[in-house]
Amino acid sequence: MSQDHNKSRRHFLGQAAATTAVIAPGITLMTIAQANQDQPHGASSSKRWGMLVDTNKCTDGCTDCVSACQQENGWGDGSSDESLSNPQQKAQWIRTVTIRDKQTGHTNQLPMMCQHCESPACVDVCPTGASMKRVDGIVLVDKHICIGCRYCMMACPYKARSFVHESLHDQKSNSPRGKGTVEACTMCVHRVDHGDQPACVEKCSSGAMMFGDLNDPNSDISKKLAEVDSTQIRADLGLNPSIRYSGI
Amino acid sequence: MKRVVYSGIEGRSLGYWGLMGALGFFILLAAGSFLYMEHSGHHVTGMNNQVVWGMPHVFAIFLIVAASGALNVASISSVFNQKIYKPLARMSAMLALTLLAGGLVVLLLDLGRADRMITAVTNYNFKSIFAWNIILYSGFFVIVLAYLWSMFDPKLHKHTRKAGTAAFIWRLVLTTGTGSIFGFLSARQGYDAAIMAPMFIIMSFAFGKAIFMILLIGTYRYTDRSISADLIERLNNLFGVFVAAVLYFTVVFHLTNLYAAEHGDFERFILMDGGVYTFLFWVVQVLLGGVVPLVLIYHPAFRYNIRSLIAASSLVIIGGIAHIYGIVVGGQAFPLVLFPGKEVSSSFNEGVVNSYSPSLPEILLGLGGVAVAVALFLFAIKMLRLVPENLDAEHTENVTEVPA
Repeated sequence: MSQDHNKSRRHFLGQAAATTAVIAPGITLMTIAQANQDQPHGASSSKRWGMLVDTNKCTDGCTDCVSACQQENGWGDGSSDESLSNPQQKAQWIRTVTIRDKQTGHTNQLPMMCQHCESPACVDVCPTGASMKRVDGIVLVDKHICIGCRYCMMACPYKARSFVHESLHDQKSNSPRGKGTVEACTMCVHRVDHGDQPACVEKCSSGAMMFGDLNDPNSDISKKLAEVDSTQIRADLGLNPSIRYSGI
Repeated sequence: MKRVVYSGIEGRSLGYWGLMGALGFFILLAAGSFLYMEHSGHHVTGMNNQVVWGMPHVFAIFLIVAASGALNVASISSVFNQKIYKPLARMSAMLALTLLAGGLVVLLLDLGRADRMITAVTNYNFKSIFAWNIILYSGFFVIVLAYLWSMFDPKLHKHTRKAGTAAFIWRLVLTTGTGSIFGFLSARQGYDAAIMAPMFIIMSFAFGKAIFMILLIGTYRYTDRSISADLIERLNNLFGVFVAAVLYFTVVFHLTNLYAAEHGDFERFILMDGGVYTFLFWVVQVLLGGVVPLVLIYHPAFRYNIRSLIAASSLVIIGGIAHIYGIVVGGQAFPLVLFPGKEVSSSFNEGVVNSYSPSLPEILLGLGGVAVAVALFLFAIKMLRLVPENLDAEHTENVTEVPA
């Protein structure tokens, strides 16, 4: 009797597994978090991806990086979505910020996005672990387990994250987004994992942005960082961001 | 020595069903609001990428803070052995549970993906103060239920004190957790303060007590039961201490901020130039929610008068909501300081005060949480023997607790 019972249970589980196998590929979204699986080696803890922004080269009024990110990741002008959201509700993965010294009047422009901190406040506060940091330092949101509590947005000192306020239909396959979840700059992880540079760096016409491995002393970015004076934004918070700025 | 006899309220009057009907109507409106927000997405709310937590969080946090405070009367009786409060312990514990339930309903239904709320249990980040709160809230239900049980079951009376002590300690940790949701946020000028945790505890004492007294006095008035003047006097005086303590913590919080030049701009925003936030702070939170209640509680012309006590309690609730609104929304409205000492501008509201106007569905969802809490409480006092039949002088002195 109990053997029969076990048998039928096994049968059921087998069927369930088979059904899942048939249905799952259709309904399982490819997450950006898993994008590294396309790479034979995946994310490597020996690397720490980072950027250096030379604000002296960043031209006033230029929005190359913003447009590139929009087109690459399908938000803002890169998508027909978010028509119902007001400007304050629309996603903004990267923005240009103009800063002016109150005493001297000196102004700078710089791109501001997720700073991919070594100790990210968003990852600490996330109740489900949807906010996470890959071993190579890229901070991402797993859209499958984000419950949309927005605590990461409260915690982020850089206002780098956006919440999706409406249903989306026009998405890029490399950057899945979803209503009710939080998103931010992924450092174009899908490109980085294929050996390419983030879209913003590639499209920056003034050459103000440099991307590379901060752990490799022979990388261009490390050499440059050894040479020039650079700062981290809100370094006082001790988060050790991977994005560094020179000229401010 | 009189025995305290507990009974359920009759709950058959037109007044009872009318009140339940009204609460049910609010709960339906809240359910409709949730479905609307869930279906449309949060673009139909006043919340945005600058002010990410709005009215639902104000109500949810108010109710959660008040929940732990509502347990206070029970704690005083069981932990500090104040016999006069003993007959009220059951109602106090039940109100704590229903307020927490109401607050959590609002919090969970405001999630961007409310359909995934189970994920908060299946995927758990132990470093998150938010995740700790999930354990603290669940634990509160379990411990307070055990505490209630120990009060109901004569065989378990000997454990009541232990259960009450456990519940008391747990509620202190719980409110510490709620306050730390803000206190731990080092990025924002309005938060990042260890005083948030004890301030939330003292706020909970005042808000919870205010709600408890309104429901207690209301229940007794409408069921023709009597309360001793001595008990009213004690409740009144203790309430005064809590209200004064909230003001004290408010002063210390802002003075500490004012002393640090880096927080000067934030303080100027809240205390002087913040428009609605400045109004809410001075007029609603401090004056209506603190100073006026203290006059009603302590001035000989009003002291120990039930009407004054109800008025003071109502004002403390209104002031408390303004207080939480100032913390939650005011703290986000003030712009993040990315470049200290510099002026900033961008296409994403850099360096300007973020605007937020609550939308109707958000307010209805929040009010729905209050309605859930009160309706559950009214249902509980009808179904369970929670309410002492008499709280007059004879019954509140030398009490022996015997269930009916």
